[in-house]
Amino acid sequence: MPAPDSDKPVSNNPDTDNSVLLRVNSICKSFGERKVLENVNLTVERGQIVTLIGPNGAGKTTLVRIALGLILADSGTLFHTPSLRMGYMPQKVHIEPTLPLTVIRFLQLANRNDGRLVTETLRELNIGHLGRQQLSSVSGGELQRVLLARALLRKPQLLVLDEPAQGIDLAGQAELYQLISEISTQKGCGVLMISHDLHLVMSATDEVICLNHHVCCHGKPEHVSTDPAYLDLFGASASQNLAIYTHHHNHEHDITGNIRAPEND
Amino acid sequence: MIESITALLTTDFVLYALAAGVALALVAGPLGSFIVWRRMSYFGDTLAHSALLGIAIGLISGSNPQLSIIISCLLFAFILTVLDRKTSVSTDTLLGILAHSSLALGIVVLSLADSVRVDLEAYLFGALLTISSVDLVWILAVVFLVAVVLYTFWNELVSITVHAELAEIEGTNINRLNLILVMLIALTIAVSMKIVGVLLVTSLLIIPPAAARQLAETPEQMAVKASCIGVLSVVLGLGSAFYFNLPVGPTIVVIATLIFLALYFFQGTQKSRSNTG
Repeated sequence: MPAPDSDKPVSNNPDTDNSVLLRVNSICKSFGERKVLENVNLTVERGQIVTLIGPNGAGKTTLVRIALGLILADSGTLFHTPSLRMGYMPQKVHIEPTLPLTVIRFLQLANRNDGRLVTETLRELNIGHLGRQQLSSVSGGELQRVLLARALLRKPQLLVLDEPAQGIDLAGQAELYQLISEISTQKGCGVLMISHDLHLVMSATDEVICLNHHVCCHGKPEHVSTDPAYLDLFGASASQNLAIYTHHHNHEHDITGNIRAPEND
Repeated sequence: MIESITALLTTDFVLYALAAGVALALVAGPLGSFIVWRRMSYFGDTLAHSALLGIAIGLISGSNPQLSIIISCLLFAFILTVLDRKTSVSTDTLLGILAHSSLALGIVVLSLADSVRVDLEAYLFGALLTISSVDLVWILAVVFLVAVVLYTFWNELVSITVHAELAEIEGTNINRLNLILVMLIALTIAVSMKIVGVLLVTSLLIIPPAAARQLAETPEQMAVKASCIGVLSVVLGLGSAFYFNLPVGPTIVVIATLIFLALYFFQGTQKSRSNTG
């Protein structure tokens, strides 16, 4: 429904239900005989980071694709807040070797008219030097940042990230999750992401949904990490790993291991 | 020699051939790039083969041959797109069946029509020098249309080619754009029938972009350079066909292939030199 006075920012709308960006209700999906999702519910609110975890083949990507509207569920409902702008970071990107494509040109596909936004976003993500390189020649970690940049160029209200940290070493992963968390705070966008390991996303997530065809358990990360259903799926060792990572960070390291100067905001 | 060139250039049929060939090469660059990127060359082949059936039906029913080729190409493109979405047969097999069955059917229908004498070779290998002013108008009109549509939807077409799902989430209507691209290919193949013929049409679409790949950093560079290589092939091909009395269509394709090979090996030596040095 278009607002009568459209120059008002949407966030000022007093409607209480306005905080919900995305909601799926009782989603079921089968591929042939195989039931992939059974009665799954999921809500992402403005500024909230929701993480989907679960073993391989648990239906995480399918759920995300349904939430994005890329595929249809067999039953259940999908709600997007009106004219929802989404930024999506897919799990795999395959560029045909016959297709020449620089990083800059790849990003311009998302937003052709705002060259300044493209260079600014590249700089924000510390990949300004990649612009002229061929997309096929950048490293795994760099590619993930390029994909994140493309998602951000839509000025999304909702960021959907399918295993954003794949192919990155542990230190880089922690840094990337930190970055995602900062972006969510700065831009006030909701985040729905898939991750394999709870302990790494712990500090950067508000709600964890543990998925194995159905929702096994969900809630705050501290709560999920001790939930019997979670321990069943990932084993007790997973929750022990967790303890190491729950300390409060009072300083940060950058990619080379140097301690970063504290920021004022 | 200069006299003979000016003599050639003032002959109507040579000018027509040149204009048609250059116009086609210009639009074949960007369009052919999509065929290369999206691995659609077999699709192009199938459309070209099916065009012969269109020619046959057009001749028998006595309707405008250009129009009947265009309509049959568009129809086949549409049928292929729908079948590809609906059937469980792999695209490869589907294209193989349709390409050869329509070519065979076309030849059978042509031979049934005793009343019309058809120069089959002209349709199979092209007859650029027999292009009439009416043909030229058709070709120029279609090329213009294809160019305008390509230009309008360029960014979106590149976007769905790079990553369809990202494009969809960014608000691009993928099915519509796929259909537009397929129709553009069908139109272009239909009008280029007379220039290089059923069997060689796709080569004019894919060889120049393949050659340009070595020289390009972005999709746009590849498209533009493919156009240039295509135009060069047409001009050199026409020239040498005259000079050495060769069949025009095949000569153009041979020239394009030579350019491709030259660039390929030149680039290869460049790379190995920079690696060792």
